[in-house]
Amino acid sequence: MRYDILVAGVGGQGVILTSRLLGLAAMKAGLHVTTAETIGMSQREGAVVSHIRLGREIFGPLIPKAGADLIIGMEPSEAARNMPMLKQNGHMIVNTFPVIPASVAIGLSQYDMSEILAFINNTCKNAILVDATKLAKQAGNHKSANVVLLGVTAAAGLLPFDISILQQALEEELPKKYLEVNKKSFEIGINMLYNMKNKI
Amino acid sequence: MNKVQFLMGNQAIALAAMEAGVNIATGYPGTPSSEVLETIAQNADKYDIYVEWSTNEKVALETAIGAAYAGAKAITTMKQVGLNVASDPLMSLSYIGVKGALVIMVADDPGPHSSQTEQDTRSFARFANIPVLDPATPQEAHDMTLWAFNLSNQLQTPVIMRTTTRVSHGCADVTIGDISKASWDIEGFTKDPRWAIFPKLTAQRHPWLENLQGELANIFSASPFNCISGNGKIGIISSGISRKYVQEALGHLGLNVKLLEIGTPYPFPEAKALEFAKGLDHIIAVEELDSYLEEQTLQLVGRFKLPARVLGKIDGMFPKCGEYNVDVVEDGLQKCLKYIGAESGIKTPVPIVEAQNIPSLPNRQPTLCAGCMHRTVFYAFKRALNGISAVFSGDIGCYTLGNAQPLDMVDTCLCMGAGISIAAGLQHAQPNVKHIAFIGDSTFFHSGIPAIINAVYNNANIIIAVLDNRTTAMTGHQPHPGIGITATGKPTAAVSIAEIARSCGVKTAEEIDGQNLKACTDAIKRVVEVDGPSVLIFKGPCTNLEKSDKHYTIDEQICTLCNYCVEQLGCPALFVIDDMPAIQSTCAGCSLCAQICPVDAIVPGGED
Repeated sequence: MRYDILVAGVGGQGVILTSRLLGLAAMKAGLHVTTAETIGMSQREGAVVSHIRLGREIFGPLIPKAGADLIIGMEPSEAARNMPMLKQNGHMIVNTFPVIPASVAIGLSQYDMSEILAFINNTCKNAILVDATKLAKQAGNHKSANVVLLGVTAAAGLLPFDISILQQALEEELPKKYLEVNKKSFEIGINMLYNMKNKI
Repeated sequence: MNKVQFLMGNQAIALAAMEAGVNIATGYPGTPSSEVLETIAQNADKYDIYVEWSTNEKVALETAIGAAYAGAKAITTMKQVGLNVASDPLMSLSYIGVKGALVIMVADDPGPHSSQTEQDTRSFARFANIPVLDPATPQEAHDMTLWAFNLSNQLQTPVIMRTTTRVSHGCADVTIGDISKASWDIEGFTKDPRWAIFPKLTAQRHPWLENLQGELANIFSASPFNCISGNGKIGIISSGISRKYVQEALGHLGLNVKLLEIGTPYPFPEAKALEFAKGLDHIIAVEELDSYLEEQTLQLVGRFKLPARVLGKIDGMFPKCGEYNVDVVEDGLQKCLKYIGAESGIKTPVPIVEAQNIPSLPNRQPTLCAGCMHRTVFYAFKRALNGISAVFSGDIGCYTLGNAQPLDMVDTCLCMGAGISIAAGLQHAQPNVKHIAFIGDSTFFHSGIPAIINAVYNNANIIIAVLDNRTTAMTGHQPHPGIGITATGKPTAAVSIAEIARSCGVKTAEEIDGQNLKACTDAIKRVVEVDGPSVLIFKGPCTNLEKSDKHYTIDEQICTLCNYCVEQLGCPALFVIDDMPAIQSTCAGCSLCAQICPVDAIVPGGED
């Protein structure tokens, strides 16, 4: 068994914490884990990506092209940038709230949100798009959008372990100060997905 | 008792050093190595370990050498370019050797992700005659570190633990052993001529050093960290993280391949390699960075007149540059198999979209954080020197990111501490242009001081701007000699940059509030008129370290939509929505945009 997850976002969005929570939960579920993170210069508002590989065997930390079972996109353009990494039948969970880089504001590049979101939806038939930042604000802090996305992912049944295991990892790993808002964000993410399912 | 933890490679190395009973740990921060010393520092009090962030890698290595001379177990940590700084003591140390134990942890950065070079510490180890271990996983990094302490102690030689970014910064479930308090029952320094290097001693020790290389090659040939698996006429030799990519690529291959995995690149385990090479028609070397294993294999094949043809980087089968991954390794193996005329069973999966078919995406280069004081200082220089011909020499740190548009304030960047000396050299060559050197606080202590003395001594007419945000920011906020806190969080003397500058003979050395644009601009205008080197120390908080709850917002009633704030600063918190400038939630409240707004439309308030 092997399950490869790619988390893509912008430095400062909590990509590394997300990767750590997934790794810890997988370990609790008795799986081997290897991760690769972007640490260093790119953390300063740059594009960052984490590879999380779960399974019964130990692999190298980098997911090959077209190898990811799941992409969690903390930001729409970063999700789109990494789509060549997704398997043919892979799934995507994408935050629709953009982080607009300075290069766009000063006219050195462009960011066409509606085009990018339409592209994700049209290219990946298993994509779930949610405004996780808005939901995180409802929970009390826009920075917990990463945990909202984890809630959505877990409730969608896209992780090879139970929701409760991820919840446990979250409670053990997060500092007390931020625990309540993150627990709330996780629940909002779960409920969001269940509501979406009910509508269908 | 063994237990399993989810650890980053660097943490695994730190815990192994503590399991081995390390007494003294030193280092200078550098991505991707910094977490090793940070982890030991967090545990220093608990396990009675002395830990320091040293001023630079040369000092760090020398301090660790001193400790090992006394019989202590020592580790020193640095990134690959740090080893260049430490190369002077390193090259001599191989002749002298150590008592106690000395492990030098050096992290290479193929890619590179956060470095100036793609140098290979395996080659450096060969150059310096120092054994090097090269793990592929955090678990191996742990296990090899334990072994490195034993080897160093037994053979009285320093040992290099070389990692790469994916090993240092990858996390995995790692089995670790018990850690007890470090034993300080050490022999102590014994006076002996062997510790004082003279030409005569070097001549005496050189044969010992050469013999040691042969002895180590034999020990390594017997080590389980070098292992042969599989069979067939085609062999693959690989080391480090590339071994994992090979294993995964082989999972797709329908061929019999013999694999030699090397955990100890130097001294090359020749006996093991000979055993592997026997009966092979082709040997493929798969390795990131230098063609080190390939060259060792070519030597072996030449000396022993083996029939095998060696394939690797030299013939262009594999890339010489950049980081490897499974795709790069599969591509190289395909090329080799085609050359050999063997069937390749590799079926490359097709992605749902190729990169070139994705709609245009925004360019997202790393940039100075919203609220970073460096942006205020760079902008102040831009204003103060408006119309004056000037060259801006940068240095290594967060402030290198001042190169991005629209600031565009880094014209040169070479290595730690080079900005000041390069500005001086430029000034001697081009005296009618203003030359400004930017240097960070930690970099100033690392290697800026000799350059300042040189500028004073040789009368270089330059402005030295110290960007003092009170931390080593880029590598994760380690303390340094300027802030009065040690690596383990204890209070200590704070060394003043202004006083150092003055005692070096700099006549004008001023401290300025780095968040006050007018104060910065005025100070710069003053020193432009001064003859000889002058030093301006811009002080302010690192916005990443001292989180601010301040936030600014744009008063839509006053804003004239001139977009001056957005176009001048390149602040990641500023963007334009429906032609109207807006401030994102990442605003840290530095107020720079408010300070430059022509109509005072930017005011405190807004989110959070």
